[in-house]
Amino acid sequence: MTTLNDNDNAHDPDAAPTMPAEADIAAPAPVPMPVLKTRYDGVAMAFHWVLAIAIIGTFSVGWYMADLPFSMTRLKLFNWHKWAGVTILALSALRLLWRLAHRPPADLPMPAWQKLAAHAVHWLLYAAFFAVPLSGWAYSSAAGFPIVWFGVLPLPDFVGKDKALAETLKEVHGFFAYGLGLLVLAHLGAVVKHVVLDKDGLLRRMLPGRG
Amino acid sequence: MTARLATHLSITALSVLSAAFILAAPAMAQTKPAAAAAAAPAGAAKLVPAQSDIAFTFRQMGVPVEGHFKKFDAQLAFDPKNAAAGKVSLAIELASATIGDAATDAELVKPEWFDTKKIPTATFQSTSIKTLGGGKFEVAGKLTIKGQVHDTVVPVALTQAGGTTTATGAFAMKRLDFKIGEGEWKDTSIVANDVQVKFKLAIAGMAPL
Repeated sequence: MTTLNDNDNAHDPDAAPTMPAEADIAAPAPVPMPVLKTRYDGVAMAFHWVLAIAIIGTFSVGWYMADLPFSMTRLKLFNWHKWAGVTILALSALRLLWRLAHRPPADLPMPAWQKLAAHAVHWLLYAAFFAVPLSGWAYSSAAGFPIVWFGVLPLPDFVGKDKALAETLKEVHGFFAYGLGLLVLAHLGAVVKHVVLDKDGLLRRMLPGRG
Repeated sequence: MTARLATHLSITALSVLSAAFILAAPAMAQTKPAAAAAAAPAGAAKLVPAQSDIAFTFRQMGVPVEGHFKKFDAQLAFDPKNAAAGKVSLAIELASATIGDAATDAELVKPEWFDTKKIPTATFQSTSIKTLGGGKFEVAGKLTIKGQVHDTVVPVALTQAGGTTTATGAFAMKRLDFKIGEGEWKDTSIVANDVQVKFKLAIAGMAPL
């Protein structure tokens, strides 16, 4: 295994970076330039992919279960959906803290409007990571069903039981969830554009690997 | 001993009387019948449904859910001073159960749950009543739901104020003992077997404690 890896590195054109050469060119001050990050760090990638799967799964379950008639399946799905939603909320909080403490790699070269759009979508995605589960939690509380995380940990109700409020929060939760869905589609659309049209290696920023 | 008891009783009587007076004073002008009911002899005790509540709590996937019965009635032949001779019975209209969620309420009346079309009422019929002191009693009786009969002991505490006696208490039961939740719903990991029943019954015209 070790030998194989060493060989790989030896044959990889990107393995020995161009840094020393660049430093040589900028001769007078032999201070090495800071290594520019071209990838998200491992923790950020883990958050991204785990939450991507969790959010798509939880959204799908929510979409499917909403109109089910009363049944044991419905009851189970509702609880699983709530447990997953609270888990996503907690992971998103940790992810936000990590994001604030760790700068992502610099933007790839692209027109200003695309940079603006990319940043706007990312900020809105983060907002939705909180708005969707929080509105769902409030909806559950207002409907008179407090959330007991994984059937073990009772979570506080930050709104009381209130039928009219529950109806409103149901709409709000759905609105935010579909909003998140649209943002995810925009995000995916941009990835496809960068991979297929620009071929600028954008996707590699979020993929583990070398170079 | 007797002297102390007498003192205690007179103090109790005094406080009940003064409480009755304070509570009744503003209402006296409009509601003469209430005053009459308060003075009614023992044995004529009547449930006041509007001020009474029978609630049940169970857990579904860990989530506590509380429900109420909206319709029930009681037959009370009970003198607190002669509790052993008392007889108490309750009839609860099962179709009046609500947990405040229309879809679930519609489910509760179905055969898997209360099967209200077959047997619409649940009953409790006392078999013996023990005085525990301090206004507390232990009522043993037969609880019948869905045709399933089980001996049940219900602790009851009585308080009296303004001619109204309030009976409160709570007891635990197992839903599967009464076939509440059949078929796939027997799974207690989804709906727990334990059900807490809590009640507050307002009674007019009961003899004083």
